[in-house]
Amino acid sequence: MIKVSNIVKTYNKGSVQAVNDISFEVKRGELFGLIGPDGAGKSSIFRILTTLLLADSGTATVNGFDVVNQFQSIRNCIGYMPGRFSLYQDLTIEENLEFFATVFDTTIEENYDLIRDIYVQIEPFKDRRAGKLSGGMKQKLALCCALIHKPEVLFLDEPTTGVDVVSRREFWEMLKKLKQQGLTIVVSTPYMDEASLCDRIALMQGGHILSIDTPQNIIASYQKTLYAVAAPNMYKVLTAMRSYEQTESCFAFGDCLHLTLKGDSTIDDVSKYITALNFTDVQIQEIVPDIEDCFIKLLKEN
Amino acid sequence: MKKHKYQFSIFNSQLITFIKKEFKHVFRDKKTLLMLFGMPTAQIILFGFALTNEIKDSKVGVLDFSKDIVSRQIIEKIDESNYFNVAEDLKSIKDVDAAFKQNKIRAAVVFPPGFADELLHGGHSQIQLIADASDPNAATSITNYLSNIITEYQSQQTTVAAAPMQIMAEVHMLYNPELKGAPNFVPGVIALVLMLVCTMMSSVSIVKEKELGTMEILLVSPFKPIYIIISKLMPFLIISLFNLAIILVLSVTLLDLEIKGNIFLLFFASMLFIITSLAIGLLISTTAKTQQNAMMISLMGMMLPTMLLTGFMFPIENMPIVLRGLSNIVPSRWFFIIIKNVMLKGLGIASIWKELLILTAMCVGLLTLSIKKFKIRLQE
Repeated sequence: MIKVSNIVKTYNKGSVQAVNDISFEVKRGELFGLIGPDGAGKSSIFRILTTLLLADSGTATVNGFDVVNQFQSIRNCIGYMPGRFSLYQDLTIEENLEFFATVFDTTIEENYDLIRDIYVQIEPFKDRRAGKLSGGMKQKLALCCALIHKPEVLFLDEPTTGVDVVSRREFWEMLKKLKQQGLTIVVSTPYMDEASLCDRIALMQGGHILSIDTPQNIIASYQKTLYAVAAPNMYKVLTAMRSYEQTESCFAFGDCLHLTLKGDSTIDDVSKYITALNFTDVQIQEIVPDIEDCFIKLLKEN
Repeated sequence: MKKHKYQFSIFNSQLITFIKKEFKHVFRDKKTLLMLFGMPTAQIILFGFALTNEIKDSKVGVLDFSKDIVSRQIIEKIDESNYFNVAEDLKSIKDVDAAFKQNKIRAAVVFPPGFADELLHGGHSQIQLIADASDPNAATSITNYLSNIITEYQSQQTTVAAAPMQIMAEVHMLYNPELKGAPNFVPGVIALVLMLVCTMMSSVSIVKEKELGTMEILLVSPFKPIYIIISKLMPFLIISLFNLAIILVLSVTLLDLEIKGNIFLLFFASMLFIITSLAIGLLISTTAKTQQNAMMISLMGMMLPTMLLTGFMFPIENMPIVLRGLSNIVPSRWFFIIIKNVMLKGLGIASIWKELLILTAMCVGLLTLSIKKFKIRLQE
């Protein structure tokens, strides 16, 4: 459905490297995630694929159409929700939706079944101006606007940034339903916990793809044993563990430390070391790594 | 999947919806609305009544040491004219000074003792005219008018037989015999308002879409870029024509100005100027990154040249050669000439074809350039 090969994109006459020789493919009906922090190059890739930017080199096709020469054909079959998209603040929900339906040569009625599940949640407020909506409602409206013309591919650039946890979860539920209707969806997010909700993900950093696979395979490729360390005095334990010669990596992760060890050191070696330093109440247990652990490990390796 | 078919015409429903949306933006923003429709009215009233440089009912003080029949007749003549009111009967030179300082008078007329005697027996006499030259233009006009009144009185008294050889210069002020300010500034206000609405408002409105991110959606949509441009500019064209009508109605009703020429020619020339200004607005929007940015470029790049180099505030003939050359590329300069000729002189197309041609060339050139520069992709 989407094929990207060796795309390079620089800004400011080559001084800023945004996308550095990236290639990947997205299959039809797939929910594909570009995961990475700000500045990883996610938005640039979206804009190249939506024909808004020209790449310096490399080629890309969407639905078989070339992003440079056949941009008009691509514009006919995609839906796009830009990262900073905030709709027309002075138009009501209904007016916004109607406008985008018209621009895409369709009507709300024609494709109502596609947006029904999402639109019913904001329909009670349809006469309210978009500028007065909450972040979650704005995001639902934006998704409706991107969907209204029944696109074949949906590009969502950081749709959940700045949205509360509940709305974020709801949003991913909606994406799952859309996927079941046969839509191909490319979504980007800086939140690692959302990665596992995608079929396949590309972990990105500094314009490079660190790894590209299903979330399960990426986690499975984390071959080290990972330990969670919890203690009353986290900071001191962290410094102590970092100076421990058998430590491979140790970093704060939520309310505990994530620790990997060199060679065949075991949890017992760590316990001995910690007790020798007179730390008390330190709990260490083996855990299953998540995407963020993998991301940090990949960062170190690169 | 549905095939998109695009058969555009002027009555295309997409285009109409888009234009309706633009009007909603305008009508829902109270500040814009006030600026759009308040500005022409305010400018007409401001220029028409407050900033007038015409001499009307100016207060004059009289210091008459002679108090004879001739001085009294001259004072009467001055008082009778529309330009002056004799407000103060002054007793001494000190009074004159005081009256000027208290802003009671704008000019003083001083008759020396024995004024009539000297005139009738000696053949000539003197009158002193004193004016407040802190406003030099007004002072010049006032003393000119006073001299005219005195000369006129003198010529009425002198019999043809007794008159020595004299050449009278008879001045005719064509098209605006009363030297009203309105005829000159109304074309200027029209140029200014049309330029502001078309250039500033349209560029700001397009840049706003870029800032909001909605431009990305519009570009990604199958809606062709040229129709985005038409939809964005159309409301300002309609509003501008409406504004032009307001200004003309106000000029006729409030300022007693007569539209002498063909009104259709007037509107045709205005359309040309409006489209030229819209093209400039579009051009600005392709380079400006923020709304403030667009506004600044419009104000500095368009408002100043329009005010200074159009000829309605300062005559272009008196400018240094560089500015005179520069004024040739300011579209409003040519538009100003057209409007003046059509509206005030009642001239037809034969006398303004050159200006119309220049304006048309500018219009076509700028429109082509701005459409070419309008990005079908994002610029970074």
